[in-house]
Amino acid sequence: MPASSKSANQQHPVYIVDGARTPFLKFRGRPNAFSAADLGVAASELLLLRQPFAADMLDQVIFGCAGPAAEEANIARIIALRVGCGQNVPAWHVQRNCGSGMQAIDSGAHEIAAGRAQMVLAGGTEAMSRAPLLFNERFTAWLAELRQTRGLGKRLRHLGQLRPQWLAPEPALLRGLTDPVSGLTMGQTAENLAWRFGITREQMDQFAYGSHQRLAQAQDGDLLPELQPLFGTDGQAHVADDGVRRDSTVADLARLKPVFEKPFGTVTAGNSAQVTDGACALLLASEDAVERWQLPVLARIVDSEWAGVDPAQMGLGPVHAITPMLRRHRYALGSIAYWEINEAFAAQVLACLEAWNNRAYCRHELGLSRPWGEIDPETLNVDGGGISLGHPVGTSGARITLHLAHVLRRAKARRGVASQCIGGGQGGAMLLENPEAA
Amino acid sequence: MNDTFRHLRIDTDDATNIAWLTLDVDGASANTLSTEVLDELAQALERLEEAPPQALVIRSGKDGFIAGANVEELGRLKSPEQSRELIERGQRLMDRIAAFPQPTIALIRGYCLGGGLELALACRYRIADNDPGTRLGLPEVQLGIHPGFGGTARLPDLVGPLAALDLMLSGRSIDGRSAQRMGLVDYALSPWQLETAAHHLAHATPAPKRPRAWQRALASAPARLVLRPIMERRVRQRARREHYPAPYALLELWARHGGSGLAERIKAERDSLVRLVDHPTAGNLIRVFLLRERLKREARSDTDARPTHIHVIGAGTMGGDIAAWMALNGHRVTLSDEQPQAIAKALKRSHGQFERRLKRPARVTAAQDRLIADPEGQGIALADLVIEAIVEQQEAKQALYRHIEPQMRPDAVLATNTSSLPLETLAGALTDPGRLIGLHFFNPVAKMPLVEVVAGADSRPDALDRGQALIAAADKLPLRVKSGPGFLVNRLLMPYMLRAAKLFDGGTPREALDEAAKRVGMPMGPLDLADTVGLDVCVAAGDVIAAEYGFEVPDGLRRRALRGDLGRKSGEGYYIYDRKGRPKRHKHKYSAAALDKLGTELITPLLDEAERCRDEGVVTDGDLVDAGAVFGTGFAPFTGGPLHYRRSQAPATGDPQPQEAADAASRA
Repeated sequence: MPASSKSANQQHPVYIVDGARTPFLKFRGRPNAFSAADLGVAASELLLLRQPFAADMLDQVIFGCAGPAAEEANIARIIALRVGCGQNVPAWHVQRNCGSGMQAIDSGAHEIAAGRAQMVLAGGTEAMSRAPLLFNERFTAWLAELRQTRGLGKRLRHLGQLRPQWLAPEPALLRGLTDPVSGLTMGQTAENLAWRFGITREQMDQFAYGSHQRLAQAQDGDLLPELQPLFGTDGQAHVADDGVRRDSTVADLARLKPVFEKPFGTVTAGNSAQVTDGACALLLASEDAVERWQLPVLARIVDSEWAGVDPAQMGLGPVHAITPMLRRHRYALGSIAYWEINEAFAAQVLACLEAWNNRAYCRHELGLSRPWGEIDPETLNVDGGGISLGHPVGTSGARITLHLAHVLRRAKARRGVASQCIGGGQGGAMLLENPEAA
Repeated sequence: MNDTFRHLRIDTDDATNIAWLTLDVDGASANTLSTEVLDELAQALERLEEAPPQALVIRSGKDGFIAGANVEELGRLKSPEQSRELIERGQRLMDRIAAFPQPTIALIRGYCLGGGLELALACRYRIADNDPGTRLGLPEVQLGIHPGFGGTARLPDLVGPLAALDLMLSGRSIDGRSAQRMGLVDYALSPWQLETAAHHLAHATPAPKRPRAWQRALASAPARLVLRPIMERRVRQRARREHYPAPYALLELWARHGGSGLAERIKAERDSLVRLVDHPTAGNLIRVFLLRERLKREARSDTDARPTHIHVIGAGTMGGDIAAWMALNGHRVTLSDEQPQAIAKALKRSHGQFERRLKRPARVTAAQDRLIADPEGQGIALADLVIEAIVEQQEAKQALYRHIEPQMRPDAVLATNTSSLPLETLAGALTDPGRLIGLHFFNPVAKMPLVEVVAGADSRPDALDRGQALIAAADKLPLRVKSGPGFLVNRLLMPYMLRAAKLFDGGTPREALDEAAKRVGMPMGPLDLADTVGLDVCVAAGDVIAAEYGFEVPDGLRRRALRGDLGRKSGEGYYIYDRKGRPKRHKHKYSAAALDKLGTELITPLLDEAERCRDEGVVTDGDLVDAGAVFGTGFAPFTGGPLHYRRSQAPATGDPQPQEAADAASRA
């Protein structure tokens, strides 16, 4: 594949000027106290209040959410109205599964780059714990027929046709995490990659252990400036991501059973992303807006890329999004100071690193004459990732982008890349630059 | 023909021949039924009767329908003859509407209270807006009277006696949907459906609503005989006959005349009401109503004065409840506290309150979204008014002020909820001491109507104006008071509580003391009150106030507090509380006469203090002392307030109306 002929989309520069996110709350078997809209509001309200301009000066509000509730169809509009943007600020909802949060940022950036907007609130939100239970299709059809049946005798006969097994509800979450084209669950696609690149259970568990350790260190070192406490009407204050397991060891992780492919699989609950609720919001601004309101620049959005891959190997999405994006800027892997690659599965992140280092893969799949190289693990997901934080599907893309901006600031580093694999066989990536690091 | 009317307009559709009578009282923000308006409505009807339209629709040209009779005019009634004349005038008008030869329809949006609802009841049909802001009710008992424009007769005919008596005895108001369920209105609809519904009723003319058969049966003589004592027992639990005769008169009216014809019941209503208006309670409650209006009126209502973003520091019971109240009433509030847990608890409490009061989920969510948890206090820099409600400790408050003042907007007001610390001392920590005012809320915030707006020696007038405007906009009664130990309300309460504590030390049983106080009309006995407030708080506040005004904190009270018997919160104070927080009470042997004597002895120090407060100018005049006592301490409203009470006890009975002049004279 030739270096992408697409060009960087920057007619007008786009800046991330501020952002905030809620703590990520782990799914513990029953719905958490917050709807996806509640979370989006919580992430946005103080962020907007502390700006020098009123919320109704925004040009667009864009939110990603993979599975909004039935009453949240255009969840971005709900959030915009609830945080006080007023009736005149338009808003829309984007859906690209695990890439929804980054898609919202990318869409907002496009608006600004094209000169159609000055300021955009963009982010992602997801309340996975609130995914509904679905009726079996047979049962739904049976109910519909019952409603149309007239006459007592016919109705009784229809009642007799009901089968008890139809009554078992099916979690929408499980269906959402299954790719209907390949018929594989997300976990199965990770097993597939582990096999293809020879990634061992030990490597996965070691990676997962590292993720928890890094998040714990970040929490202790106050390295998550975007995090903002979340308050429920249930009287609970959530001040930190609650999925972190500080005392878990590699040995503990090794004892867990495979969940997706029994009995020989290697992908466990411990080396996969957690099912989690959370929201993240970013404020994007044009150069004019930055000057007019004296906004602090956190990072510049330089470029982005979306790629399609085999749904059965969706975990390799980042490789196919990042490679052309960097090549059109003539950057190598080494040109990038920090990386955020969303941890859907340890196997999947490790597979991406292997792919870039694999001669055959680089030649056949990326059109490179030799292996592209390695990423220093010390520069990847430095403060933990989906395995320790959790992966609220529609939110993660926004979270990694915002956090990467903070990491670049902290390290006074120039360039970073945020990327994620996307269920259904896609990858998305975004290139950020810290303008203060020359 | 509209040229002849000042307060209304009649428009007749050529096509449908429906006449729309729009009431829009000249020079007033709300429609009230003054003599002049009643007369004009009668003239309008006379005109319409000459050539009756297909139907007559009565509606309002203002935000509300009709707020009721003109209370100021009621307050000016000097003799039973005058009252009778006004009542007859209203009753005649309603009879005339009821007798109109063509269908009559009341189109109700916003407040429809008292005489306003009685007018609607005289119409054949009623259509109400289903917005929660539309309120229907007969609140006359709150003024010591009952409906007098035929309402006591027409309402039971429409909704049955039980629902009718409940509405009239409680004085509560209901929204359009509840009114439809009750049968009070024919339709409760979205505002854009109201005119269509009026057209429909004008042409379809369905049979007017009637209560169900079983409800009609309750109006029979035997049913009235059985029901009256049951209802009277319930009334007695809330109000004593000699203090509040109106509910008893309502029951009497129904029990004696409930089975008679309409004309006879309307006449009985008139006779009963004339007697009530003549009773001192009516005059005093009307006085209290007008004092309430005065407190609201004295706050500026222009948008410049009214803060829009409030920041509250301290999410304890007071701070959290203040923040919730402000959000409930439409303000954007940020709430900070050093303890995230405290904010979470405050939000939970607020949620319960929002759900109880707002009911509809969208409105609950909107209120919750206005109350923003702000652990780091980002709102301090944004708010136009910051309310401080942290621990009652001078150093802590001063340190906080030093910390936050540089963050605050230069024009922002800082309000402290302190009840005992001098504002002048606290202001010493500020580079701009003029921005500090007191906003003294009472616990529980949601229930207590009064908020003292405290002027320290340095407080700037515009800062006070803004505090006052905020309180009024938040549906509370702001009372401007001069800074000084106890301000007004606690200064009035303290000598009363201390007297009780002293009498208790002298051997008077606690139960007798509390009962005696309630007999004179205090909402709570003094020892109950001390236990509720906390004896430690009483001693601390008592020391401050006593030192200044020459009282003494009795040893018994001090000993109890030192011992750790602090009242309800510690399980023992003057009373011992069981696990559910109920006090153990014993029987006492005091006769009614002895209790009345004791009651007088208890409230005498309060009355004396009220006079001193007036003379020292703690508030502008004596009427405001009475307002503070009634709305702040719960001092018996039927007395019209402590100073008015003392005047009325004096040989020459005074005028029950608020009279700044009289007070000015007594000050001179």
